[in-house]
Amino acid sequence: MIYLDYSATTPVREEVLESFIRVSKEFLGNPNSLHRLGVESRNLMEQATKQVADLLNVKANEVIFTSSASESNNLALVGLAEAYPKRNHLIVTTELEHSSTLEAISYLERKGYQVEYLALREDGTIDLVDLEEKLKKNPLLVSFSEVNSEVGIVQPIKEIVALMKHYPLTFLHVDGTQAIGKIETDLSGMDLYTFSAHKIYGLKGIACLIKKEKVELEPLIHGGKSQTIYRSGTPSVALIVSLAKALRLILAEEKKHYEYVKELNEILRDHLKNHPYVMINSPKNASPYILNISIPKIKPETMIHALEEDEIYLSTKTACAKHTDVSLALKAMGKDQNIASSSLRISLSHLTKKEDMELFLKKLNDHIDALIFERRED
Amino acid sequence: MERVILIKYGELTTKKGNRNFFVKTLSENVAHQLRTYPVTITKDLSRMYITFQEEHLDAILEAINRVFGIHMYHVAYKMKTDMKMIEETILQLAKEQKFSTFKVEVKRSDKSFPLSSLEFSAHLGGHLLKNIPQIKVDVHRPEVLFQVEVREGYSYLYSNAYEGLGGYPVGTQPKGMLMLSGGIDSPVSGYLAMKRGIKLEAVYFEALPHTSLEAREKVITLTRKLSKYTKQINLHIVPFTKLQEAIYQNIPSEYNITIMRRMMYRITEQLAKRYKALAIINGESIGQVASQTLHSMSVINSVTSMPVIRPVACLDKLEIIDLAKKIDTYETSILPFEDCCTIFVPKHPVINPNLEDCFKFEKNFDYETLIKETLAQVFTIKVVEEEQSTYQDLL
Repeated sequence: MIYLDYSATTPVREEVLESFIRVSKEFLGNPNSLHRLGVESRNLMEQATKQVADLLNVKANEVIFTSSASESNNLALVGLAEAYPKRNHLIVTTELEHSSTLEAISYLERKGYQVEYLALREDGTIDLVDLEEKLKKNPLLVSFSEVNSEVGIVQPIKEIVALMKHYPLTFLHVDGTQAIGKIETDLSGMDLYTFSAHKIYGLKGIACLIKKEKVELEPLIHGGKSQTIYRSGTPSVALIVSLAKALRLILAEEKKHYEYVKELNEILRDHLKNHPYVMINSPKNASPYILNISIPKIKPETMIHALEEDEIYLSTKTACAKHTDVSLALKAMGKDQNIASSSLRISLSHLTKKEDMELFLKKLNDHIDALIFERRED
Repeated sequence: MERVILIKYGELTTKKGNRNFFVKTLSENVAHQLRTYPVTITKDLSRMYITFQEEHLDAILEAINRVFGIHMYHVAYKMKTDMKMIEETILQLAKEQKFSTFKVEVKRSDKSFPLSSLEFSAHLGGHLLKNIPQIKVDVHRPEVLFQVEVREGYSYLYSNAYEGLGGYPVGTQPKGMLMLSGGIDSPVSGYLAMKRGIKLEAVYFEALPHTSLEAREKVITLTRKLSKYTKQINLHIVPFTKLQEAIYQNIPSEYNITIMRRMMYRITEQLAKRYKALAIINGESIGQVASQTLHSMSVINSVTSMPVIRPVACLDKLEIIDLAKKIDTYETSILPFEDCCTIFVPKHPVINPNLEDCFKFEKNFDYETLIKETLAQVFTIKVVEEEQSTYQDLL
């Protein structure tokens, strides 16, 4: 099997799963219970929380555990809007966002919020001049992904944070789901930050929203203080521990992995850049973990299924947006309809082997030849 | 250019005769707080200098903020005592900051230096005026104060100033026995006692199963938080169940708390003697509850001739809470576990207890034997700052 869909989800790490199983068996108490079993679970949960906080250089009370990055994004956007009803009902975002952000925003639009989409430069990064124009209207919130999930565009966080310092009435929410553990991230200057465990070799069902102390949020799930007051429900200590461990392990090797994946990415680009039927959509300065390509003459689903026969797995666009035909992100970058509707996302990992790369490229070539030939016969 | 942390001792400097002892204790305490960092500490009778690696600076400053006996500290540039070098460094430091008014203050202890303090101040001021446009000298309220200490061999230059915790180094006074209940007030009292140089031992009364193991954990956590300011605190745990039940059975309910406190004082005094503590410290605050009225205090206090220090006696609850938040004990203190003072609480505790009545009621049972038995069962936990993480293999 050659798995090239690591941006959709990653296989769980053995050590992480082991911790999950041990905690599930050995810590049966509800961390909200007063007796010894509860206190033990709470102590463990608090240590795990502190570990996450220390790794990200934030405070322990700024860590909120959620079920998914989608929930984190919803809590950030809707929770913020409801906590600050008197601020300007304007949200600024990009068209590159994950559906959980865009859908949460469209929910808020139905509640009377305005949304404005930022102009993008040719490489998909946010146009800072346009951002400043929009900041002058004092929007409640600017929200965007640090790394775009389809194309891998890396936003210039430092410049954006520096610019936003002059606009104290506007919060900054960053979705770091495709960034954490992959590119170095500094959370200072951000008000809210989303990430998820299953993208960093943790388990599905656990994610995080970092919420800085000074920021208020209205919870989506009411029920009183649990792990925090911002998210009720009996905390899954085992999942929380597994996230803390996955985060520690991935951050420890972030730089090493980055260099390796960059090499893989260059191999792909070298092979594909002169291919007559393949266009590379990811800009040069994109995250090396994601390479988005289009084969305008072939329907992406056809290619996915053809490769599947060889046990090679990748995605069209993002896994979460598969039911629309056109990549909004590519359109937002100004790509034409042909390209935007025929894109494939190859997403890489430190686990990807170089020889697998070569096999994949060979199979891709074979399928292109075969499918284009078939189409000619039509 | 090398930077060092320059520490000024503050109140210490008034202690002429004991100065060596104070400075030595302080430097041991600083060394303890910085034990995990590669630093060197040098000291003389008025200053302490710490060399450090730049990447540790924030953590080191945080650690210094846990040491009593430091009045003020600075992060200073250290350079050879050489006029040219000092000129260059002050200019560089000035260029890093934005300001419109400034003042230069020189302290010269190196008498071989050619200029006097005043002359050199004026000289350096002139140097800055010449080289940086649109700045002015303001000797009364400067935005930036450049301080230069010209010493034999090396000089120090800084324009920042951080306030230390003040007080005296822990260990410059003998030990005190802190009565730690788990509430908000007693940890604050322990902190304030340490601020005056007292080394703490702590005593906790528990009445299992009326009180829980979680309440004990809570007190251990509080002790751990206090131990950040010192090396280690021995926490003596007193199994108080039998005595407390005897009080409940033999004493009229309105006198329960009064007699209980008298028993606690007696036991604490014995423990203080056992561990060579010279005073009892507790979190009583005048008038806060029935057992803390002046009447109650005098009746309760009369069981011991040992000094009882009540650092928060005259503080309002809100002032105590502010301090508790500052030393990070508040959140722990408000966890909802019962302690000895909250179980068996009478509906109407006496607020003006009478000493004669206490004597009369105490004759109802053989408390002396019970105290002896209780003292024999006291056990001690050594609490240090770092919580031993039992979960490291899971995380």
